[in-house]
Amino acid sequence: MAQRDRTAVEPRLALSGITKIYPTVIANDNVNLKVYPGEIHAVLGENGAGKSTLMKIIYGVTKPDRGEIIWQGKPVEIARPAEARRLGIGMVFQHFSLFETLTVAQNIALGVDQEFDLEKLSAQISEVSHNYGLPLDPKRMVHSLSVGERQRVEIVRCLLQKPRLLIMDEPTSVLTPQAVRTLFDTLRRLAQEGCSILYISHKLEEIRELCHSATVMRGGRVTAEADPQQETASSLARMMIGRELPVCEHGTARQGGAARLVISGLSRPADDPFGTDLRDINLQVNGGEIVGIAGISGNGQQELLLTLSGERPLNRRDAAAIKIDGHDVGHLGASARRDLGLTFVPEERLGRGAVPPMSLSENSLLTGHRSGMVRFGLIKANKVKEFAEKCVKNFDVRCGGVHAAAKSLSGGNLQKFIVGREILQKPNVLIAAQPTWGVDVGAAAVIRQELIDLRNQGLAVLVISEELEELFEICDRIVVIANGRLSPIKATADTNMEEIGMWMSGLFPEEREQPVVRESGHA
Amino acid sequence: MDTIVGILLATLGAGTPLVFAALGELVSEKSGVLNLGVEGMMIVGAVCGFAVAAESGSLWLGVITSIVAGAGTALLFGVLTLTFQANQVAAGLALTIFGVGLSAYIGLDYTSVALTGMAQIHIPLLSELPIVGPLLFSLDPLLYLSFVCFAAITYFLYRTKAGLLLRAVGESPESALSLGYSVIAIRYMAVLFGGAMAGLGGAYLALVYTPLWVEAMTAGRGWIALALVVFATWRPARVMIGAYLFGGVTIIQFHVQGFGVDIPSQLLSTLPYLATIVVLVLISRDINTIRLNAPASLGKAYHPSV
Repeated sequence: MAQRDRTAVEPRLALSGITKIYPTVIANDNVNLKVYPGEIHAVLGENGAGKSTLMKIIYGVTKPDRGEIIWQGKPVEIARPAEARRLGIGMVFQHFSLFETLTVAQNIALGVDQEFDLEKLSAQISEVSHNYGLPLDPKRMVHSLSVGERQRVEIVRCLLQKPRLLIMDEPTSVLTPQAVRTLFDTLRRLAQEGCSILYISHKLEEIRELCHSATVMRGGRVTAEADPQQETASSLARMMIGRELPVCEHGTARQGGAARLVISGLSRPADDPFGTDLRDINLQVNGGEIVGIAGISGNGQQELLLTLSGERPLNRRDAAAIKIDGHDVGHLGASARRDLGLTFVPEERLGRGAVPPMSLSENSLLTGHRSGMVRFGLIKANKVKEFAEKCVKNFDVRCGGVHAAAKSLSGGNLQKFIVGREILQKPNVLIAAQPTWGVDVGAAAVIRQELIDLRNQGLAVLVISEELEELFEICDRIVVIANGRLSPIKATADTNMEEIGMWMSGLFPEEREQPVVRESGHA
Repeated sequence: MDTIVGILLATLGAGTPLVFAALGELVSEKSGVLNLGVEGMMIVGAVCGFAVAAESGSLWLGVITSIVAGAGTALLFGVLTLTFQANQVAAGLALTIFGVGLSAYIGLDYTSVALTGMAQIHIPLLSELPIVGPLLFSLDPLLYLSFVCFAAITYFLYRTKAGLLLRAVGESPESALSLGYSVIAIRYMAVLFGGAMAGLGGAYLALVYTPLWVEAMTAGRGWIALALVVFATWRPARVMIGAYLFGGVTIIQFHVQGFGVDIPSQLLSTLPYLATIVVLVLISRDINTIRLNAPASLGKAYHPSV
C-alpha cells in the first residue's frame, strides 16, 4: 500500500507516554504509538525490548503505571481483556492461549463474550474460517492440531468478534514459509476491510514485505518510527539493535570427515499419547559438518532429542540404532553417552540445560565433572571455579560473576554459558536444540559462529531448529522431520526455503537415504 | 429377594459419604487444586453437624452446619495455597491432621449421644414398585441429594460455560489468565465447593449412616475419596461406580463376617479398600483417557505474573 496521508484520519489507537516499571526493569518507558484504520503497523524490537508488555497493556492483561490509551479519539482505560474485546481489540498470542484437552469450539467459546451455545458457535466458526480461507473443524481436539492450525484457532477466535484492531505477537515464528504466505494474505485482506493490525516481530524481511509503518523499540523505549518499505533490512536492524547486524562467517565444510554420529533404522512409539512416534529414522553426521533438522515443532523433535541425548535410552537389543564414533550407544544413558564424547544443548535452558537457582559454577559441574573437577567423589572447588570463569570469559557471558544464579541471567547470556560449558569439554559430537531460541540477535550470531567454529575443528554438529533462516545460515546439509519421519537429506546449497518449507508440511519424496555412506576423501 | 434389596440398600448408604466427598474433590481437582485434606474436611463436617444436631434437635440444621464447617476448613486450605501459594500437598496433609485432631476435641462431649436418623421419603406410587421401589424411591433425603449432586455436577462440568472454564483453568491457568479470567477466584470457588461436599459426606456419615459420633469415624474414607477421583480418571460417572463398589464390598464383607467364615475380620475389613483400588486401577489403565481428563496443572502452585 502506498503512503497514506496520516494526518487526515483519526488514529484508531494512540498511546501516549505509556510507562510500565517492574521491580528490576523498566519494561516500557514513555512509549508513544499511533495505529491508523486499515494499517498494518509493525512493532519491531529484540527480545526484552518491551514489545510484549506494551501489547499486554493494550489488551488489558497488564496495567500501565503511567500514560494514556486513546481509542478512536477517546481516552479509555482497559482493565481487563474482556473490555479490550468489547472495544474491538483482538489478540493472537505468541504462546497460544489454548487448552489442549478441549475442542476448537470450546476453546473459542471461552474467548468470546457471547451466549454459550456450542452448536451455533460451531456454525459461526465454520463460516468465518471458510470466508477467510482458514479451514478449521470446530469439533477437533486442540491437541491433535498442528501449530499452524492452532494459530488459526486463535485468529478465528478474534475474527468472530469483528475486531477493529488485531494484535499479532510474533505470529510467524512457528510457521512454514507457505503458511506464512497464507497468513499474510489473510492479514492483508483484513487490513483492506479496515481492520488495523499491530504486527510484532523481529523478522526484518517480513516486516518490509507486509507492513505499512513501523515503530522500533529498544530497551523499553521507542527508538525510531519508520516506513519499512523505504528502509533496508540492515537499516531496520541498526534501529533495532543500535549497530550493524552481525554476520556469521560460514566458509566451506571440510569434506570427508568420518561418520561420528550414525542413526540407523530408529523407530520408537511415543510415550505420551499426544506425542509423535519416530519412524525409521536414518541419519549420519560426519566430523566437520553441521547437519540441520528442520521441522515444525511437535513432529517428533522432542522424542528424537530425548532418544539421542540418552534421557530416554533404547532397549539393549536396539543398541546399534545409534552409534557415536563407532560405539553402539542406543541403550546407554545420558551420562555414559557423554563419556563417549557426546554433548547436548537442550531447548529449555532453565530446568534442563541449567538448574535455575544454582550458581554458574555449580551448573558447570553438572556436565563438566568429567574434566577433572571431582576426585574421590569430592568436588575440587577451585577447578570448578576456574572452568566457570573460563567459560564466562571465552564466551562473553554477561553476568554478575560465576556465583550468580543461573536464573538471574538473560536468556541469551545463559545460552552462551551453556553452549560454552559443553564446548569446553572438547566433545566429539554436539547436539543442539533451538540454540538461539529467545536469544537476542547479537548473542545469536555469537552462538552460531561458535557452532561453525566447532565444525571447523572436526566435530560433528547436529542442530534441530524451527528457524529456517538459522539452518540455512549455518548448516552444510539439511533434513526435515515431519510426522516422526525424516525427509531425504540435501546439501544446503542444493535446496531452498521453498522446498524445505514444502517438506516441513510432510510432502517429501519417499526415497530413503542410504544409512551409512562412507564419504571418500575428496577434500 | 429381600436380602438382596437389603444389601443393595446398605451399599447405597455405605457409598454415599464417598459420593459426596469424591464429587467435591473432583470439582476442586478439575480446577487444578489438589486438596489432600478431604479426610480432615469430612470429619470436621461430621462432628460439627453432629454436635449442632444433638444440641438443637434439628438434623437439617446439623446438615447445614456440616456443609459450612467443611467449606470453612477448605477456606483455610484455600487461603494457604491460593493466596499464600503454599505447597498444596503439604497444606492438604496438614489440613487432615488438623481436622482429625480438632474433631476429636469438639466431639469429646458427644461420644455417647445417640440421634434418630433421617426418615425416609417414600415417593407415592413409585415406591410401591417391586425392587426398584425400595431401592430408588424410598430413600433418605440426603441420598436423593447425592443423585441430584451427581447430575448437577456432570451437567455443570460438561454443558455449561462456567464448567468449561473450570476445566480450562485446571489445564492451563496461564491461558485462562491471558483470556482475562481470574484463576484464583475460580479456584477458590472450586475449593470451597469441594469442602462443602466433603462436609456433606461427613454429615451423611454421622447423621444418617450410623448415626453416632465416634472419634476418627471417617476411617480413611477421605483418602478413598481422593483415590477414587484419580482412578476414576476425573469422570463423575466413574466416581459413582467406584463409590458404590466400595460400599458394596464393605457390606458384603460384613455379611461374610456374619456367616462366621474363618478369615480374620481385620483382613476382611481391608477388602473394600483393596477391591476399589484394584478395579479402578484396571479401568484407568488407558493413558489416553488420563491425558484427556486429568487436569494438567493439578497440584501446581500458580504464580500470576501480573
